[in-house]
Amino acid sequence: MSEVRENEKTVDDSLVLDIQDLTVHYELEDETVEAVNHISLQLKKKRILGLVGETGAGKTSTALAILNLLPNPPGVIKSGSIRVCGNDMLKLSQKELESIRGSSISMIFQDPMTSLNPVYSVGEQIAESIELHEDCTKAEAWEKAEEMLQLVGIPKERIHEYPHQFSGGMKQRVVIAIALACNPKLLLADEPTTALDVTIQAQVLDMMCDLKTKFDMAMIFITHDLGIVAQICDEVAVMYAGRIIEQGTLREVFNHTKHPYTEGLFNSLPDIENREAELQPIQGMMPDPTKLPEGCAFAPRCPYAKPECINTPQKERSFSETHKVLCSAYDDPTFRIRREEC
Amino acid sequence: MADHILEVNHLKKYFKTNRGMLHAVDDITFRLERGKTLGIVGESGCGKSTTGRCILRLIEPTDGEVIFEGEDLLKLGKRQMRARCSDLQIIFQDPFSSLNPRNTVMETIAEGVRVQKKYRTPAEIEKRVLELMETVGLAERLINSYPHELDGGRRQRIGIARALAVEPKLIICDEPVSALDVSIQAQILNLLKELQRKLGLTYIFISHDLSVVNHISDEIMVMYLGQTVEKAPSAELFANPIHPYTKALLSAIPIPKVDANKERIHLKGEVTSPIDPEDECRFAKRCLYACEKCQKGCPKLKEVSPGHFVACHCFPE
Repeated sequence: MSEVRENEKTVDDSLVLDIQDLTVHYELEDETVEAVNHISLQLKKKRILGLVGETGAGKTSTALAILNLLPNPPGVIKSGSIRVCGNDMLKLSQKELESIRGSSISMIFQDPMTSLNPVYSVGEQIAESIELHEDCTKAEAWEKAEEMLQLVGIPKERIHEYPHQFSGGMKQRVVIAIALACNPKLLLADEPTTALDVTIQAQVLDMMCDLKTKFDMAMIFITHDLGIVAQICDEVAVMYAGRIIEQGTLREVFNHTKHPYTEGLFNSLPDIENREAELQPIQGMMPDPTKLPEGCAFAPRCPYAKPECINTPQKERSFSETHKVLCSAYDDPTFRIRREEC
Repeated sequence: MADHILEVNHLKKYFKTNRGMLHAVDDITFRLERGKTLGIVGESGCGKSTTGRCILRLIEPTDGEVIFEGEDLLKLGKRQMRARCSDLQIIFQDPFSSLNPRNTVMETIAEGVRVQKKYRTPAEIEKRVLELMETVGLAERLINSYPHELDGGRRQRIGIARALAVEPKLIICDEPVSALDVSIQAQILNLLKELQRKLGLTYIFISHDLSVVNHISDEIMVMYLGQTVEKAPSAELFANPIHPYTKALLSAIPIPKVDANKERIHLKGEVTSPIDPEDECRFAKRCLYACEKCQKGCPKLKEVSPGHFVACHCFPE
């Protein structure tokens, strides 16, 4: 187990999000899915963190845990603490949570087609969140909704229209408008552009970056696309089988990659500038999250793995104040991954 | 002379809708050399999948010619077409919905093997299925598994094995890797390349992911609202894109390198409706360089350098 820090009494107020030792399990009748295992994560004001990983790595579970929105049962937070702007999300009452969700913290879900209510106009849906969280009249909320709509690049004349009258990209803009309506301090964006075409994706990403500056918010951007991460994120955390196996600033993770899995991800991507380069996929498959090994879950697929990797619990290793890696291979001080050598 | 396995001439597919004719594929023409890969890229709704399906006559085209090894597939009767089917196969995007959940791996692949009538006894068929499974990298022990027991990458391998079972010459790959994770995506791409080398297959590779298409294709065709806007050898297209849409598309690819993300070309608005389009350049409404000329008729494909075709009124200005 990674070292558990004692609950620190001092609350650093530049931290928007502080996760310590979070573990999320899905307890099913005959097995337990270990979705998130002992992760710690901090995010400062106005920073964008890219949470990267493949299907089943635990990215969405982490996001849902931050909002305390895990479906329970079967989802259980086994250990850890989550502080959002100083509030301990796991200790708040339902009512307090409701007032925080949507106002200081918001989430955008992957599929814009299903996250809007088809029977309300987009204006009503944006105004609803404003009315709920801000002390204002209906008319004021409506006015603000118009403003938000324009901010995300939709003419305000369309405020009375219904979701089915919008295209995918426009719907995602509406979802973003709802999420930002109450100026959240932290936005969780779960693959917000995956369902969109590249040109529309580029528009939405640029808009999100502009809005982030405008609203001074921090963002967790969940994605599997390393290209998007390079484009918008300041920091990166790479997840595999419920653990953060490497985290650091964008530059550290991309230019000084340390973990073999992160290297594997890069090697799997076709290089636009070099068509002839052969892809080097990671061999094998993700491990079964109900039967994770004691040690490194990536060991069976890792080209550098030693026999003991799979059984020895991993230690976190820091390469700089921000760059942390979970890999036992670095016990050997001469160990280097190939990407770093060239 | 180049050996063209497939020649598509003026292929059209219009769908009748309540609001008028939807021009899904509007006058597509291309030729494909044996053993090569043609990539078709474009945004959702540009008609790339419909083109693929029209070639196989999974969707009956409205007009045009699909000449496969000298024979126009669209003129064939039902029975003749069925016989031809073993030369042309398709791999679908979603390995979750394209496999029959009630059939085991063995049954799914054996179906194609039986059609061929080369292998008759159950033992022969099983041997052939195992051979195919090995070709696509599926472990022998999975032969009696059902699709729901397998993950996306393995399911896609079944889809590939099923397509190979009839020993096709041309495979249409309709977004075969978009539903897969990057590490698995790379495995499947490598497999497709290897199969091409070994079996001399010809591919039409349909995808919205330009970096994937660039990696696997010899030639790329960019589609916009049912029409070809640009077609060129891959390296040429990436090095020297001419059509404003291609340029915007290329600039929108997120590159996984720090500071590599160059100046983006922003397109105005969104794709216009493909229903009863006016006789003008279909991209004009979003084009940064649109001028009066663009409203006068659809631009035709012109060869600007050997093998590089562009449909734009404003080129070369």
